[in-house]
Amino acid sequence: MRVECEGNTYEFERPMLASKLLEQLSLSRETHLVVVNSKLVTEDHKIEKDDEVKLVRVVSGG
Amino acid sequence: MKCRVCGKPASINLRSYKTALCEEDFIAFLEKRVSNTIKKYRLMEEADRPVVAVSGGKDSLSLWYMINRIGYAADGIYVDLGIEGYSGRSLGKIRQMADILRRKVYIFHVQEALQRGIDGIAKAIRRPTCSACGTIKRYIMNRICIDKGYTLLATGHNLDDEASALFGNILYWKKEYLWKKNVLLEGKEDHLVKKIKPFFLCSEREIAAYAIMKGIDYIYEECPFSKDAKTLTYKGILNGIEESSPGTKIMFVKGYLNMVKEKGGEKEDGREGRYCLQCGYPTFSDKCSFCRLLDRFGTGCAVEFDQYD
Repeated sequence: MRVECEGNTYEFERPMLASKLLEQLSLSRETHLVVVNSKLVTEDHKIEKDDEVKLVRVVSGG
Repeated sequence: MKCRVCGKPASINLRSYKTALCEEDFIAFLEKRVSNTIKKYRLMEEADRPVVAVSGGKDSLSLWYMINRIGYAADGIYVDLGIEGYSGRSLGKIRQMADILRRKVYIFHVQEALQRGIDGIAKAIRRPTCSACGTIKRYIMNRICIDKGYTLLATGHNLDDEASALFGNILYWKKEYLWKKNVLLEGKEDHLVKKIKPFFLCSEREIAAYAIMKGIDYIYEECPFSKDAKTLTYKGILNGIEESSPGTKIMFVKGYLNMVKEKGGEKEDGREGRYCLQCGYPTFSDKCSFCRLLDRFGTGCAVEFDQYD
């Protein structure tokens, strides 16, 4: 799967849960949303190896 | 995870509400919460003419979109700070939303009025950029409302903004600010417009989810001057607590609102409020901060706005 996050791109070979992906990238479910093939998913969603994933940071402002 | 309302696959897990919802039900849930906030705190009446302070970010664009959708026709105001690249991209997103909503947006260009961008102004007056930005934005937003007859200024401040600001005020015991936050800030007739924060009880995560679901095209990158802001550190700490104890942020802010009812009437700084002799804006001296900026850097002309509609 191809994962975009804050200007970086990561590649993962194996399917995994959205929660596992956040954990692998040391991100919190409070600060990042997981969007798979343009749809928002919950942490228990299984991401398949051909999916396009975007991790959206929700924290903003100064 | 299934949607608690319809049983379809959920799109978002709302741990602070011990529920999960699909896209359709989450949109209805969040819009209802904002409608309820507006009604409960009497933020808008039928006769009001609201305008939304827009920056191009997720919160202000979502607010502008949502309040129009739930029945409150509102125009927008944008202050172009003259930040190279960033301000132009933000304005592009705002114009796009104005076209979708078929609403007007007023634009004030700092560079044209004060002959320099926000960073140049901040350096010249030896103040932090965010402080100079706040002075200009507050003034211009108010000025447009007064000049154009808007009765309410709605801002996209969300639960996380309020919780982090409150956290900072408590950490440093800033008594002069501590009891001044609220969902509604009263105005002063002909001088200061009433301000409302319909997203006060909506988290950043919920608003970002709404923006994604609604396909709202917002500016994702941060303002280049906010990257070292203390607010971001406080938000990080509060999100760490929220991760292990869901619902902490909403309890913190709701608890504050309950306390502010008792404390809100207390006068904290004791200074007597006056009005600027030049423009009528509330100030503590003869001339407001913005008029002093105009005297120093301005063209000497009246404050002018572009209008996009």
